[in-house]
Amino acid sequence: MFGDFFSRALIAGIGLALVTGPLGCFVVWRRMAYFGDTMAHSALLGVALSIILSLNMTLGVFAVAAFVAGALIILQRQATLSTDALLGILSHSTLAVGLVLVGFITTVRIDLMGFLFGDILAVSTQDIAIIYGGGAAILAILILGWRPLLASTVSPELAEAEGLRPEVSRLVLMILMASVIAIAMKLVGVLLITSLLIIPAATARRLSATPEQMALVAALLGVVAVVGGLFGSKTWDTASGPSIVVMALIVFGVSLAVPVGRLFGRRPIHGA
Amino acid sequence: MDALAEKETLVTLRGAGVSRGHRRLVHGVDLTLRRGEIVTLIGPNGSGKSTTAKMVTGVYKPTEGSVTRRAGITIGYVPQKLSIDWTMPLNVERLMTLTGRHSAGEIDAALEAVGATRLRKAAVQELSGGEFQRVLFARAMIRKPDLLVLDEPVQGVDFSGEVALYELVRTIRDTTQSGILMISHDLHVVMAETDIVICLNGHMCCTGTPSAVKRSPEYLKLFGERAAQTLAIYEHHHDHEHHDDGCVVGAGEHHHEHEGHRHG
Repeated sequence: MFGDFFSRALIAGIGLALVTGPLGCFVVWRRMAYFGDTMAHSALLGVALSIILSLNMTLGVFAVAAFVAGALIILQRQATLSTDALLGILSHSTLAVGLVLVGFITTVRIDLMGFLFGDILAVSTQDIAIIYGGGAAILAILILGWRPLLASTVSPELAEAEGLRPEVSRLVLMILMASVIAIAMKLVGVLLITSLLIIPAATARRLSATPEQMALVAALLGVVAVVGGLFGSKTWDTASGPSIVVMALIVFGVSLAVPVGRLFGRRPIHGA
Repeated sequence: MDALAEKETLVTLRGAGVSRGHRRLVHGVDLTLRRGEIVTLIGPNGSGKSTTAKMVTGVYKPTEGSVTRRAGITIGYVPQKLSIDWTMPLNVERLMTLTGRHSAGEIDAALEAVGATRLRKAAVQELSGGEFQRVLFARAMIRKPDLLVLDEPVQGVDFSGEVALYELVRTIRDTTQSGILMISHDLHVVMAETDIVICLNGHMCCTGTPSAVKRSPEYLKLFGERAAQTLAIYEHHHDHEHHDDGCVVGAGEHHHEHEGHRHG
């Protein structure tokens, strides 16, 4: 099924980009970029624990990422250190603990580079099934919960007063991020996952007048980055994961040339 | 105002209060919100105005006393300040349907009611303070709320804008017959249409019509003579006059004068 490794990589990458685009918009809107990075870094710890406990790796990574999110919420309630510092501690310590644990594992040979930077050319048909199954579930939750998720992002206070539950929305988004990290790790690696969330969404911002447009455009730009990056890596024999990110960056650079004012609403006429 | 007793009651608070840990945020609040009536909460920072409003909207459950809310009422909320980051592409039209689905016709009607029709396609980040407040009013009104909660609606708006916004509140009350709960931090203008003013300072320290509260000893104790002199009551038929006492002392000045004061 799905012929050679290159078409499998394309299909897997496109499936992932369709999910990271819209979810990435929330990451950008809610300023969760560093948070996403922290969850991604913890993924290596998830890998190590899955091997040691012989668990399914996707589940293991999801569980650790979700655990880190929960730890952050609890630490934030203590209100002693800034969120920024807390994320710094969680991010690097989970990565370090993961790396140390990997060193202890002698039973299995672990391709560390594969986990850090991904190996999209090695995806199996089963991986594709996980990406599309999980991706469809994530998109379904985003679409069904779109209005409350968005309202809670724009103003938690307003959403709460009008009967919505912004805390639930926050939790849902954290769980979705943990899921996407678990799905994406094999493809682009723990160090590059957040770029697929942030760069297409940031690029889409300049091209959109409404949140819905931004989500759609981000998904499409993610697909462009995946296709362009993979063909680039085939042509110039470069690492596939980083090539995708470089392609996303090129698209972002090009988008900077688009004048913003013309695309949404009137321009500011008066000074203030 | 004769038919006061017959007006439909929306929310009733009886001796209501909220505690967090050992701290009582506010206690002993009695208040009744009825359709077509305006209730204004005033008090210094940290006096429990927002907490009281959150008990009314149901965000906070009272830890003492009771809150009775009419089943199925729709609440419209105008926040104190809403800063929307540039990263969120949001125009006025889209903001109108943030918490509920509304038709294009309803959006037109709501924007027209606040005089903001021409802003329909504008990005929210480009609006001036006054324009944004009007749009937020329209957004709350489009829900056809039974109860409208206005959290310091005139903050950051200049005096003429303020007069216009109070005019708007009056129109909303008259046309929609919704109940209105207004929170006010600046004491200098309280609408004449306000049916009841509730003065909070951790508890309910006085309540009544605006002119009664202005004269009440508890109010004078809480805010001091100087601040009391600046409690102007805005009457809508004088809307083109600029009150000479319309300017208040700096926001911080009249808050700490009576710390540790016990009354009531």
